[in-house]
Amino acid sequence: MLQTDLKHVTTEEEAKRLIGENPFVMMCCGRMGPMCIPVYEIMHQLETRYSHVVFGDMDFDMPEARFIKVLPECRSFMGLPFTVYFKNGNVVRATSSIQTEDEIVAILDEEFSEGIKK
Amino acid sequence: MENVVIAGSGPAGLTAAIYAARGGLNPLVCEGLSPGGQLTVSESVENFPGFSDPVSGTDIMKKMREQARRFGAQFKKGSVNSVTQSDNCFDLYADKDRVKTKTLIIAAGAEARRLDVPGEARFYGRGVSGCAICDGNFFRDKDVLVVVGGNTAIQDAIFLSAIAAKVTTIHRRSHFRADACEIDRVKKIPNIQWLAPWVVEEIRGNDVVSGAVLRNSESEEERTISCDGIFVAIGHTPKTEAFRGMVEMDNEGYIKVHAKSTATTTQGIFACGDVCDSIYRQAVVAAGQGCMAALDVQRYLRKEI
Ligand SMILES: Cc1cc2nc3c(=O)[nH]c(=O)nc-3n(C[C@H](O)[C@H](O)[C@H](O)COP(=O)(O)OP(=O)(O)OC[C@H]3O[C@@H](n4cnc5c(N)ncnc54)[C@H](O)[C@@H]3O)c2cc1C
Repeated sequence: MLQTDLKHVTTEEEAKRLIGENPFVMMCCGRMGPMCIPVYEIMHQLETRYSHVVFGDMDFDMPEARFIKVLPECRSFMGLPFTVYFKNGNVVRATSSIQTEDEIVAILDEEFSEGIKK
Repeated sequence: MENVVIAGSGPAGLTAAIYAARGGLNPLVCEGLSPGGQLTVSESVENFPGFSDPVSGTDIMKKMREQARRFGAQFKKGSVNSVTQSDNCFDLYADKDRVKTKTLIIAAGAEARRLDVPGEARFYGRGVSGCAICDGNFFRDKDVLVVVGGNTAIQDAIFLSAIAAKVTTIHRRSHFRADACEIDRVKKIPNIQWLAPWVVEEIRGNDVVSGAVLRNSESEEERTISCDGIFVAIGHTPKTEAFRGMVEMDNEGYIKVHAKSTATTTQGIFACGDVCDSIYRQAVVAAGQGCMAALDVQRYLRKEI
């Protein structure tokens, strides 16, 4: 299991339930490496600001993470972590490799803004 | 109010934390987005004194953190985003929180430099990478380029040669600045090829990287090379953005410190490690400067400097 402060998802079943039950899910699939850790840290920092979004992680080396790896949106990915944004159960965005806070916030605002309570 | 906040948890920040904690200052370490710093990227560190066998950078940094924690250093997740000065103290804005402190040690290190050529941003994560150890496995039996700058780049080329079919190293100068023993080691590896003095002008591909346009930096000749991946290892730039305006920096963003000291141009703010070292950029140097910073803070708080 990854050593992060995010919700750890350890099985495909759990991931699918999470995605099915929550309209906005950001899932980061990686290792405890220098390209992945900053993304987990940013996600953790954004949890309060985006309280309508579920922020989860998944260990890239777990066999169950295959479900993320084989997503068509991740087919051409060659950099850890694989980060996938799900809206109403569907993939709306996916990124490969390290991302900055600005890049992540831009995606959250663009894709998940309707969930913010006015 | 804190006695000292240390921004950074690499070798500089954690050594400062060990000394400040032993000095009774109860330091607070803001770990930043990369706890442990740059050394955690290295699978095998061979030149850190005290380890006769190669040791992973992550192991060294875990031990340093544990050592600092044992003496009472406190840790906080996240980065210092900005600093303001009021009376004789500083307000640090660290994510949601505001932290008041008498002194600040900036040990925010450096981040990998990018090539800044067309195609790099588009293909980052789709063939372009800044971390051979993280992403090397995606390139098993493929052809990769390593754009090299110094020792760490050579280590990347060696690491990738065991995974990729062919590794072509690209260096912009004819002469190479790296340890002789590293160069000797790399020259014996049959699937590493050298291209110097060449630079990458553009990265090409469709969905993923398929090649690059190179230019000879002496003859200006251009050529296209096909490859599946490009690893960029051209050094680092200091991570000093959050402290701009608070302390003086040089043109490249390195924080200026007084000679034989870690004192910056602002009283009460000290800097150590790669944020102020454009020359050596080694973990042991960063650690040494971290020690100096903690001792300077102690003298400053005792009003001896
Ligand atoms: C791949 C690689 C291999 C290397 N191998 C060796 C080697 O074998 N031997 C050797 O001696 N050196 C090696 N080095 C160099 C060495 O790692 C660095 O010189 C050293 O880590 C610098 O230490 P530092 O503490 O100054 O900065 P860093 O290690 O860069 O640490 C900076 C810290 O500051 C934090 N931070 C950044 N911004 C902020 C902020 N705003 N607020 C709070 N915290 C912040 C980061 O999260 C991080 O924890 C290597 C470097 C690399 C990249």
